[in-house]
Amino acid sequence: MYKLNIIYLKCILHNKTFTIFILAPMYVAVLTYLGFGIVTLFGYLRDFLRAVGLEKCNIAQEREKQKDFVPLYQDFENFYTRNLYMRVRDNWNRPICSLPGPVFDLMERVSDDYNWTFRFTGKTIHNVINMGSYNYLGFAENNADFLKTVADKVRQYGVGVCSTRQEIGNLSIHEELEQLVANFLGVESAMTYGMGFATNSMNIPALVGRGCLILSDELNHTSLILGARLSGATIRVFKHNNMQSLEKMLKEAVCSGQPRTHRPWKKILIVVEGIYSMEGSVVLLPEVIALKKKYKAYLYLDEAHSIGAVGQTGRGVTELFNVNPADVDVMMGTFTKSFGASGGYIAGKKELVDYLRTHSHSAVYATAMSPPATEQIIRAMKCIMGKDGSTEGLRRIRQLAENTKYFRSRLKEMGFIIYGNNDSPVVPVLLYMPAKVVAFAREMLARKIGVVVVGFPATPITEARARFCVSAAHTRDMLNQVLDCMNEVGDLLCLKFSRRKYSPQPDLCDETDFELDS
Amino acid sequence: WCSQHDWVEDMSAPAYHLILEGILILWIIRLLFSKTYKLHETYKLTEKEKEELIEEWQPEALVPPVSKDYPTLNYDVVTGPPSHKITINGKDCINFASFNFLGLLDNERVKQKALASLKKYGVGTCGPRGFYGTFDVHLELESRLSKFMKTEEAILYSYGFATIASAIPAYSKRGDIIFVDEAACFAIQKGLQASRSLIKYFKHNDMEDLERLLKEQELEDLKNPRKARVTRKFIVVEGLYINTADICPLPELVKLKYKYKVRIFLEESMSFGVLGDHGRGVTEHFGVNIDDIDLISANMENALASIGGFCCGRSFVIDHQRLSGQGYCFSASLPPMLAAAAIEALNIMEEDPDVFRVLREKCKHVYNALQGTPGLKLAGVPVAPALHLELERSSGSRESDMKQLRSVVDYCMERHVALTLARCLEKEERFLPPPR
Repeated sequence: MYKLNIIYLKCILHNKTFTIFILAPMYVAVLTYLGFGIVTLFGYLRDFLRAVGLEKCNIAQEREKQKDFVPLYQDFENFYTRNLYMRVRDNWNRPICSLPGPVFDLMERVSDDYNWTFRFTGKTIHNVINMGSYNYLGFAENNADFLKTVADKVRQYGVGVCSTRQEIGNLSIHEELEQLVANFLGVESAMTYGMGFATNSMNIPALVGRGCLILSDELNHTSLILGARLSGATIRVFKHNNMQSLEKMLKEAVCSGQPRTHRPWKKILIVVEGIYSMEGSVVLLPEVIALKKKYKAYLYLDEAHSIGAVGQTGRGVTELFNVNPADVDVMMGTFTKSFGASGGYIAGKKELVDYLRTHSHSAVYATAMSPPATEQIIRAMKCIMGKDGSTEGLRRIRQLAENTKYFRSRLKEMGFIIYGNNDSPVVPVLLYMPAKVVAFAREMLARKIGVVVVGFPATPITEARARFCVSAAHTRDMLNQVLDCMNEVGDLLCLKFSRRKYSPQPDLCDETDFELDS
Repeated sequence: WCSQHDWVEDMSAPAYHLILEGILILWIIRLLFSKTYKLHETYKLTEKEKEELIEEWQPEALVPPVSKDYPTLNYDVVTGPPSHKITINGKDCINFASFNFLGLLDNERVKQKALASLKKYGVGTCGPRGFYGTFDVHLELESRLSKFMKTEEAILYSYGFATIASAIPAYSKRGDIIFVDEAACFAIQKGLQASRSLIKYFKHNDMEDLERLLKEQELEDLKNPRKARVTRKFIVVEGLYINTADICPLPELVKLKYKYKVRIFLEESMSFGVLGDHGRGVTEHFGVNIDDIDLISANMENALASIGGFCCGRSFVIDHQRLSGQGYCFSASLPPMLAAAAIEALNIMEEDPDVFRVLREKCKHVYNALQGTPGLKLAGVPVAPALHLELERSSGSRESDMKQLRSVVDYCMERHVALTLARCLEKEERFLPPPR
């Protein structure tokens, strides 16, 4: 009882660190490994049959003329693709033929030869509820009124730009957007780029180089890892959201310097994300900032999923934790998720952005952002800030927060294991076993709900999951429909692994990482 | 006598004993001395020392300061659409600086299709290709591109730079060998860096140099045949080089390919929609069978006046990128509006192949007209739509060269002709092209 009180007090002070990672019972892990083992054995058997000639080989083959070249792919590299992924690949790359709003239309496709080739039947499955697209604030819409300015820009500018920012592609509309982004985030200035992935991979090399140290979270996105690798700096990985691990690394780095020569590091850059897309967890921003200040490191915050989606007025994790945006050295984000367009930005102090204007790879070699996409972002941002005169933006943000809370609490009540922070609209539901992952996706589609399932290699091998993205455009009815289907499918496939009993009242508090004994 | 003899015999019996003991004694002495010799100097700092080090350490500034008159800091602002007539910094000019080769940027049909797509799909796709980001327009564009280029399959990327920079590392890993032309563009260089393979540069368009490198590699392979059997080899060239505006000698490259068993990756950003009778690029220009090229990558931001890029080739090659191309799997897909615009642009290209002949004539005309300019020399071939004007005599310093060229550009802008300095990052380029 006493201990509970202490924990309760700590949480009141801390306020926002409700991140739960419940571990599954032992039999689940055993069955998962068993499942993979059986599929691998079958894979070997199939390969053998194909080699012997008993089974038809459906894979594309090298040209006759080039058969004596060095093989393009190693046999083992493609083992996973050939034998595991091929059997179940109808759950990914599902083509749609309407806008990616809260409901969409899927094109029906069937396979006559066990997923080696697909054939479109020509029919569409209408009104499938969309729980997979990153449409957090519902800006993926085709309402003619809302899109009037975008349509005007298409008529005026056309669709492409045909030049780089530094040459002749810097349109006045780009400058307007950058001004707006800087205002929105509360920083001195900002710069925008045509692609979110490229923003990371082309700007991290401009900021750090050899002789610098990058401390990157375990679960960082591929674009951050690629940018770090291309920069040539030393990369060290710390455990996900684990401040002790980060502090230990920082201390060791400052005290010992570079390996072998022991010269001091030129700079240390801590790279974290606002919301991690596979876990749904939120970075512990106040602690990271405290550490950064103590050890004089720089912080690079990637808010791809969190900008617009969390915070009272949609300003991202800095608002969620009440942190001064000037404390974060480099704020990066993308416009694909909450703003329904494409592209990315980097914001911060004026010196930083000036340097990037002159030295960023993207400004010099890559095309500028398309004008209609720019206009869409301007419109969406004005809506969120309330500058267009309505409260539509705030309404959407509140709706998203409500939807998130409701969805998460109902799922926990039902008994599913869910990862992530209570405020994050990314909800991963753990499924563990490979066969259940596939069955879940197919069952939900049969009930007209489109879900996203992820397995190895995007997640650890035993933690395959289904990931739901809650949107402000989802109505309560849609969410209820999804939850009822989840209940059904959960009972059918025995997916309710949580041994914890949840009451409908809100939880008091929890620590970051603990296992529950039943 | 007997006792002496016994004693001698006694001496010989424990002889190897003595030797063994001698060795043991030497070993002990060695161990005694080696104890004072430490292999790792693990000094441990006290907490106080650590605190002091942390206090003392001063990192560099995150970014070095940029002076106010740094040449590329202030961009030229374009108000209004960047089409044939362009308004830069308030002046109306004729646009000779964009890559709008076929003039499709302000084509009405393209705009109408984009508007129709906007009404149906909205702007963004809100997801990567694997997670409901695949639209029917994407599939249509991919099949149209593959039909146009007469290959089996095409794959679409959402950004031109990321196309070749993701395609190369998908096939070539650590331990593989890539032969690249020195004048390769920056995107290719980034792709090479990401692949971590062994890179060998050959002189620009110099087939003898390339053959020499290939022969050397063949000799290496003979020394170590086991390793050679798993080392993949690639040649990466551009159809029309963006840095030097000339064409690669494709037929010779194909001959080298079959002689030395290397694969060819062709980057056609500048030549797609420009070379060839129907705009199919440098393979059509030379009449080379397109199946001989393993991978053709191009971006749609030049001739097609859209955004994005694509790779095309045989299914055997292209299908691999759907799971291992980083810019494809981990990035949101191309907005459907841009894909619809590209489809319409492709329609226009197919309907009217005469436009390529017109483009070629205009290029020849401009090339001939610029030939005799005093003080400037022209780099490029007559069919190239993007030409470079370099200073005939360099002043020795890159900065002053750039300033002079900038004044040329400003002079032209005063007279309503828009030109631009070719931008590059001086510290990052491997082989720095001269200022132009």
